[in-house]
Amino acid sequence: SDARYNLQTPVTGIAEQIHGMHMLMLLICLVIFVAVFGVMFWSVFKHRKSKGAVAAHFHENTAVEIAWTVVPVLILLGMAYPATKTVIAMKDTSNPDITIKATGYQWMWGYDYLKGEGEGVRFVSMMSTPREQIEGAAAKGPNYLLEVDNPVVVPVGKKIRILTTANDVIHSWWVPAFGVKQDAIPGFIRDTWFRAEQEGVYRGNCAELCGKEHGFMPIEVHVVSAEKYAEWVAAQKKRMAEQAQPAAPQASANPATAG
Amino acid sequence: MSAVPHGLEHGHDHHQPSGLMRWITTTNHKDIGTMYLIFSFIMFLSGGVMALTIRAELFQPGLQVVQPEFFNQLTTMHGLVMVFGAIMPAFVGFANWQIPLMIGASDMAFARMNNWSFWLLPPAALLLVGSFFVPGGATAAGWTLYAPLSIQMGMGMDMAIFAVHIMGISSIMGAINIVVTVLNMRAPGMTLMKMPLFCWTWLITAYLLIAVMPVLAGAVTMILTDRHFGTSFFNAAGGGDPVLYQHVFWFFGHPEVYIMILPAFGIVSQVIPTFARKPLFGYASMVYATASIAILSFVVWAHHMFTTGMPVTGTLFFMYATMLIAVPTGVKVFNWIATMWRGSMTFETPMLFSVGFLFVFTMGGFTGLMCAIAPADIQYQDTYFVVAHFHYVLVAGSLFALFSGAYYWLPKWTGHMYDERLGKVHFWCSIIFFNITFFPMHFLGLAGMPRRIPDYNPMFADFNAMATIGAFGFGFSQLILLYVVIKCVRGGEKAAAKPWEGAEGLEWTVPSPAPYHTFEEPPVVR
Amino acid sequence: MSSTFEKYFVPEPSHFPIFGSAALLLIGSGAAMWLNRVSPGSWMVAAGFATLIYMLFGWFGQVIRESEGGKYGKQVDKSFRWSMGWFIFSEVMFFAAFFGVLFYVRVLAIPELSEGKSAMLWEGFQRAWPSGGPLVEEAFSPMHAWGIPAINTLILLTSGATLTWAHWGLLKGARGQLINGLALTVLLGVIFLGLQAYEYSHAYHEMNLKLSSGIYGSTFFMLTGFHGMHVTIGATMLTVILVRCLKGHFTAERHFAFEAVAWYWHFVDVVWLFLFVVVYWL
Ligand code: HEA
Ligand code: HEA
Ligand code: CUA
Ligand SMILES: [Cu+2]
Repeated sequence: SDARYNLQTPVTGIAEQIHGMHMLMLLICLVIFVAVFGVMFWSVFKHRKSKGAVAAHFHENTAVEIAWTVVPVLILLGMAYPATKTVIAMKDTSNPDITIKATGYQWMWGYDYLKGEGEGVRFVSMMSTPREQIEGAAAKGPNYLLEVDNPVVVPVGKKIRILTTANDVIHSWWVPAFGVKQDAIPGFIRDTWFRAEQEGVYRGNCAELCGKEHGFMPIEVHVVSAEKYAEWVAAQKKRMAEQAQPAAPQASANPATAG
Repeated sequence: MSAVPHGLEHGHDHHQPSGLMRWITTTNHKDIGTMYLIFSFIMFLSGGVMALTIRAELFQPGLQVVQPEFFNQLTTMHGLVMVFGAIMPAFVGFANWQIPLMIGASDMAFARMNNWSFWLLPPAALLLVGSFFVPGGATAAGWTLYAPLSIQMGMGMDMAIFAVHIMGISSIMGAINIVVTVLNMRAPGMTLMKMPLFCWTWLITAYLLIAVMPVLAGAVTMILTDRHFGTSFFNAAGGGDPVLYQHVFWFFGHPEVYIMILPAFGIVSQVIPTFARKPLFGYASMVYATASIAILSFVVWAHHMFTTGMPVTGTLFFMYATMLIAVPTGVKVFNWIATMWRGSMTFETPMLFSVGFLFVFTMGGFTGLMCAIAPADIQYQDTYFVVAHFHYVLVAGSLFALFSGAYYWLPKWTGHMYDERLGKVHFWCSIIFFNITFFPMHFLGLAGMPRRIPDYNPMFADFNAMATIGAFGFGFSQLILLYVVIKCVRGGEKAAAKPWEGAEGLEWTVPSPAPYHTFEEPPVVR
Repeated sequence: MSSTFEKYFVPEPSHFPIFGSAALLLIGSGAAMWLNRVSPGSWMVAAGFATLIYMLFGWFGQVIRESEGGKYGKQVDKSFRWSMGWFIFSEVMFFAAFFGVLFYVRVLAIPELSEGKSAMLWEGFQRAWPSGGPLVEEAFSPMHAWGIPAINTLILLTSGATLTWAHWGLLKGARGQLINGLALTVLLGVIFLGLQAYEYSHAYHEMNLKLSSGIYGSTFFMLTGFHGMHVTIGATMLTVILVRCLKGHFTAERHFAFEAVAWYWHFVDVVWLFLFVVVYWL
């Protein structure tokens, strides 16, 4: 599938825009590359001493030099325009339907549904790949290292705002298909958002070196229909009520995770 | 330039210490240059062995060779050793050998301090490499030493901090020496705008070093005090900010990457005209472009931090500023190609490496530009796409330019011609294996493989296997270089004073090998 | 042209650099051990500093002998000037890093923690400066500008003037003025350091202001501490120059060492002015 060569298939508007930017950039770079090195290789093959080429002596040409300064500037302006629009869209976290706080721990994620449907749901999400698979004692599953015990569940088509923070060191909450990657910084809150347009399971990794298990703290998001989401919320509420004792991230002694 | 050979015969009449003491006490720029080059090659092999261990672990999914903790130590030390131990000292070695020869100076301005600049490096290297063997092992916080992860590290972190301090002192002294040599010791008639471009690029690089090495020293000092003395620079509970560390680090870090490429530009600007037998196109614009890159490098640092969640204005500013760097760099690329245009080219090994540099570095430049696009960088950041980007500019950029320069000046240094056939083999092996190693990393990164991980999902297996095979091929190809250099030092066809038909410049007016003392009386440049 | 050509002085091989390297290796590895409570770290640091001092004395001694021996021509003199200038620039950048940190914390980090998105993690944390951050455990009082710091400002400014006065003496050949001016400058430097030491001890013992007092303590002590270290270095160098003057070194035409140290002293002075304004006053 194409996912192995290129960005994953986007499922949000932002990821779509990023994908477009990425392809545009590739194309522009490719065209310039071919043009520039076409000239170079032509020269490499034609202007050889062994082919009797005699060296010319020019070493300046103001017109050409101005041209190859101005033209790249124009190309860059052409790239900057769509990029600026996407940046502004990405940063607009206003009016979310649901707000979820994601807290990075060494080495797992804690999730707190702060606002919107599901408010109050909290759980911890850890990698569920068994040790034997890592050590080669068992066959590796298709979602090797990208699977968790408790996935994040969100409704399709809703604007989800993710607040990130961390308990110990910097982590980064990354789901490629959403075009979202946001560092989680201890003691600080940062935010980002996505609106997934397609139901499905989407996987990502912690994307900031956070110690020895950095490679083993995946992110798994299930995008489900509104009804399924309501069911899931009900089930979570029930679970939490049953557990009575706070099942939330244990580290609440540390104020960095309070609130 | 008739005044040259005067100072040649005497010089050996001082009672020079011999044996090891000669190298320990020497004040001769050629000796010191040689030591820098040998040191950096040893560090290159050490960093390379670390890289090969990394690649071995990544050959297949699953953990086979090393444990995650040690893997992170390897990644960190590979980066630190390559950047501070291999690439930077190699360029200083070139500066030592070539700048006095190219500007007609008798030596570096501060010959004794020059010795110290070099001899600070082995202690720093000992601290770095030695940290593998202390309890807790080497630091595993990445070469960027981000807080607060670096605060958690053991004693190896402190050793790395002190190593960085010592290397910083070395770099600052080396840079001041180069600035003063270039500004004050040029032969009569050698105006700045007649200076070989290599000297220009180093002059500008030296300024970058003087400006940013102290900042790095400050950054790691704050880590040290946060670790041991209760300060709160990077700790929110005390009113500090982990991201603050990143700002300080990258204020150093981005100029640092140009420190590693500008002298490479200089070398290529010497080599291409020689083998095109045509003067460098756009000399003045080359100088201005280099200066522009250096100046811009101070205002782009936060492009390494697009995922930290900067405000919109910050993101946009750093994106635009970064994109701008493509313009002066483009000017350089175009100038080199215009130099080749309608030349009379031959392709000895130095030229092969320079053309290879041009071709492959530019790819790295383009991926850099892609990273500069903030929204797209959200997907690239901390993936193998970035790893691919910086190995294209550092290995195929800095390293290939170093190889090019080494072959170019080896006859001058040793007095012998190197083995041209083997040189070409080295080039072709290097460029092919290089691309086998690093090209697939683009795909890996795009498909979602993060960097700094010891294990990955099987969907990344094929390209990782390929990269590993390439890496071993690339690594062992470097033994060819080692062999060629040793062979060239020990003998071979005698090199003429000017072994390259199209070469220009003062260094080719002295015999090969360049006598121990040159230009004790400055030549006159018309 | 050979008739006007002055040979650039290239020193003989020297054993001092390797001592310097050994010294830094001892200090670096010793300090790493010491900080992690591995013996004999502290002894290695001590040995390293001893070696460093030996190296500095020997090396600078040799430079002074070469200089007095007339080995340095005009071109060498110019090299020294360039190098001292750029060295001071590198020091400026070192301080700039810490000033940048102070600026960042005051303008960005503290407001973000108290009023920005991140405030939800730190309930009740008020925006203020001085601030030890949301979790600072013990209260401390900040250092006020208009006590010792203001006096220290006057002292340093005066010392800049006395140094210039000494320089005029040197230029005029007025030895008394030179010696007195220099001695006075050193004295003022020492008084400055004495007052700073007093201020620190006051901070620790009476104001509960420590290096660990959150970001205010961190920036306060690191900035003023590094400055104090530079004053110490400057005063030491001035003392060396004073001794050399007493020995009759330097002429009205040739006295770059004097000027270099003077530049350094003025640099330290200017840094202080910035410190006074942004660390103590504002
Ligand atoms: C020698 C070292 C070197 C060099 C020269 C460069 C050059 C550039 N780099 Fe790179 N970079 C690194 C070393 C280097 N880099 C390293 C080590 C890292 C990772 C650090 C870490 O995290 O560990 C990094 C990371 C890095 C990032 C952060 C990525 C991330 O972590 O998410 C970014 C983002 O902007 C970036 C951008 C650029 C740009 C725009 C250039 C430009 O200078 C490139 C300019 C060149 C060209 C563009 C090609 C030639 C131009 C033309 C032919 C003209 C016409 C072209 C157009 C108009 C399009 N680099
Ligand atoms: C500055 C230059 C530089 C150079 C030259 C290289 C060279 C190489 N680098 Fe590296 N690299 C970095 C700078 C550099 N790198 C940096 C800054 C990082 C980021 C670190 C971080 O994330 O913190 C990095 C990270 C990095 C990674 C990512 C690790 C991770 O994210 O976990 C990888 C993975 O493949 C890699 C591979 C390689 C390879 C295969 C080479 C090859 O080109 C090496 C080839 C050379 C040899 C293999 C030596 C030859 C020796 C022999 C053949 C053995 C003989 C031995 C004796 C005689 C003793 N590098
Ligand atoms: Cu958490 Cu990487
Ligand atoms: Cu950069």
